[in-house]
Amino acid sequence: MGEVMYPVTEPGEGAAGKTGNWRWQKPIIIIDKCVKCGLCWVYCPEPAIYLDKMGYPHVNYEWCKGCGICAHECPSKAIEMVSEYE
Amino acid sequence: MSRTKLVLTGNYASAYAVLHSKVEIVPAYPITPQTTIVEKIDEFIETGMLDATMVRVESEHSAMAVAIGASAVGVRTYTATSSHGLLYMYENLWWAANARLPIVATFVTRTLGPPWNIWSDHQDFMTLRDSGWILFMVKDAQEAYDLTIQAFKIAENPDVRLPVGIAYDAFVISHTAEPVELLTQEEADKFLPSPRAIQPLLDVDKPYSIGNLPRADYHYILRKNLWENILDAKKAIREVGREYGELSGRDYSSLVEEYKCEDADTVFISMGAMAGEGMDAVDKLRDKGYKVGHLTIRTYRPFPDHEIKTIAENAKRLIVFSRALSNGKGGILYDDIASTLYREGQRIETYDIIAGLAGTEVSEEDFMKIYYDTRSGKLDTGKSIFIRRGEYV
Amino acid sequence: MYRPKIVENLGEDEWIYAGHPACHGCGAALGLRHLLKTIGKKSILVVPAGCTSIIAGTMNAATFNIPFIHTAFGAAAAVASGVAEALSKKGMDDINVVVWAGDGGTYDIGLASLSGAAERGHNILFVLDDNEAYMNTGIQRSGGTPRGAWTTTTITGKKEEKKDIMKIVLSHHVPYAATASVAYPLDFNRKVKKALGIKGFKFIHLMAPCPPGWRFETHMTIEIARRAVLSGAWILMEYENGRLRLNPPSSNMLDKRRISLEEYLMMQGRFKHVKRELLEELKRDVELRWSEIKEILEKQGKQ
Repeated sequence: MGEVMYPVTEPGEGAAGKTGNWRWQKPIIIIDKCVKCGLCWVYCPEPAIYLDKMGYPHVNYEWCKGCGICAHECPSKAIEMVSEYE
Repeated sequence: MSRTKLVLTGNYASAYAVLHSKVEIVPAYPITPQTTIVEKIDEFIETGMLDATMVRVESEHSAMAVAIGASAVGVRTYTATSSHGLLYMYENLWWAANARLPIVATFVTRTLGPPWNIWSDHQDFMTLRDSGWILFMVKDAQEAYDLTIQAFKIAENPDVRLPVGIAYDAFVISHTAEPVELLTQEEADKFLPSPRAIQPLLDVDKPYSIGNLPRADYHYILRKNLWENILDAKKAIREVGREYGELSGRDYSSLVEEYKCEDADTVFISMGAMAGEGMDAVDKLRDKGYKVGHLTIRTYRPFPDHEIKTIAENAKRLIVFSRALSNGKGGILYDDIASTLYREGQRIETYDIIAGLAGTEVSEEDFMKIYYDTRSGKLDTGKSIFIRRGEYV
Repeated sequence: MYRPKIVENLGEDEWIYAGHPACHGCGAALGLRHLLKTIGKKSILVVPAGCTSIIAGTMNAATFNIPFIHTAFGAAAAVASGVAEALSKKGMDDINVVVWAGDGGTYDIGLASLSGAAERGHNILFVLDDNEAYMNTGIQRSGGTPRGAWTTTTITGKKEEKKDIMKIVLSHHVPYAATASVAYPLDFNRKVKKALGIKGFKFIHLMAPCPPGWRFETHMTIEIARRAVLSGAWILMEYENGRLRLNPPSSNMLDKRRISLEEYLMMQGRFKHVKRELLEELKRDVELRWSEIKEILEKQGKQ
């Protein structure tokens, strides 16, 4: 007898592949300007922003799609969006 | 405790099978002629005889959706419907099969409208033909009881994992009372596995997603897998039927019921309540010296190809009674049989008889008339032949 | 180790894996991220057809790290009813059963099953992820599309008003119903927590802007969600046992301390065609909702 195959999937990163490849613009975090408010982390839909021990944010470029929400929401203008094509 | 024999309608026989199978969740929505099944189950629940939850849903679509959710958590789940109710839950019926959920359901067959018509034909049930449900059609209340219990064991078999439907004709079976022998609860408990053996698909310890987008190539394999599993289910159906026979004295190890077919040159083939009339006709024709038999298709999906082939090896003439019509093609059961014969390279006289549509009675005289007219060459094997109460129409 | 307070409050555990197929700046993906943070791993997510059918990932990898079941479009609340009752039968009542359905799967095709489940009172949290149109099929109008909005099936703007789904849900006398916005994740988080602590059918209506569907640039999702609230077009509130309470910042806006509606609408391409006359009508729609709320609050105050 053939074993029953269920239409089920285990969870894991990269359901859509390396979504970092979708980026046309790239968030660059200027640590000097960062006030560690956490809002970029809060509003990232991916999530592709992680915090280091000091509470500074970093972007995981493997997954970041470059939507730019983090840069727009940053109250201290510590994130710049830079074109991927320049 | 010894066994009891009660005078039960087909619907009450189904309800008793649900009671004895210790079903845990019963989503239900009323429709004539299914309603008395779920009324009886509700009575079992509300009087404390059955520890189940009845979910009184707002539609048949939701009845099957609730069944899908409950079965995915791994509880024993049952529902019942008819006719437009079946069609209203249609999308979820396919969903249940493709999700490999061992739901059991009763389909009391009823004509589709318009015009409104509560009487039986098999058009509603036949829409499930390709769905992946294992489908039985029974011819009396005893079979309804027996096969409903077996259905849980077949559906929950880890090598099968498909929903199972038990169908029977409106009123002729659903509302006609006859003596039914019931298992004792102890016997049913011993026969059926614990519902806790049902593998849940939704499990917080295994956080899987059910039904994510596949690659088409993989989806093709999933489809093929279901196809293989439903064909392999013949083995499980026979084994469960044999085991049930040893327990009850009523054997279900065959997918079909042969009646006087051994030496028959002509075999009637039918399903459901009219099989009784078919067998009565066989007796009358035998009395007159004609070698006639009747084959009842009890397991409609997976289709009993092997059994058909064996019958066709010995017979010269098959007369197939379909109570459902593929509009623009022909009798649905006839098409099933014809394709089996073609695959097996068997070219014998085979007649496509459309009978009992819209709840019209099919009598033993109809079977006999058809038999005589095939013998005399009056009927054409190339055409669908419509007979209504003894008249060609 | 330093953590901003908001991060501590929302929790750092993630139950949604990165690399999912949601569009750039997807409001729904953000809503899901925060929903899952709050409900945690002892939860089952039930989702009908919609954008989340895609966001959930493929058979190579599932996006959500909790058990998840796709359902037919109109079936989510009913499937969840079955899940909840089956869990209860197995003595697993501590597992949260959560529906996440779009506006189509709630306002329209899912309305009957939503109503059935709410009336029966199953122990479910139903989250309406509202992006105000059928976005997954390519931006067609739904019962949740606001008046005036362009969609591919209302190319001159929708003529009818957005259906008041909250009133429909409240008519079932559910123990808890609230609105929320992806711009206010702490508010959303608090409401989800509160809902999970209440037995019965709970409803949260989450506003989640959609960049491609609303025609705005992907970095504006939160800005627009915020402006929806600040303009009074979207009101943050909650009903506990039928009793209404406004939540900040909406609670400060009864006396019209709001930004203008244009500041919300004109950021979005879907409202670009709106001229003065229609704008006045849309403003009247907003005012009508606020006057209804005022009336309810005044009535409650007298009780």
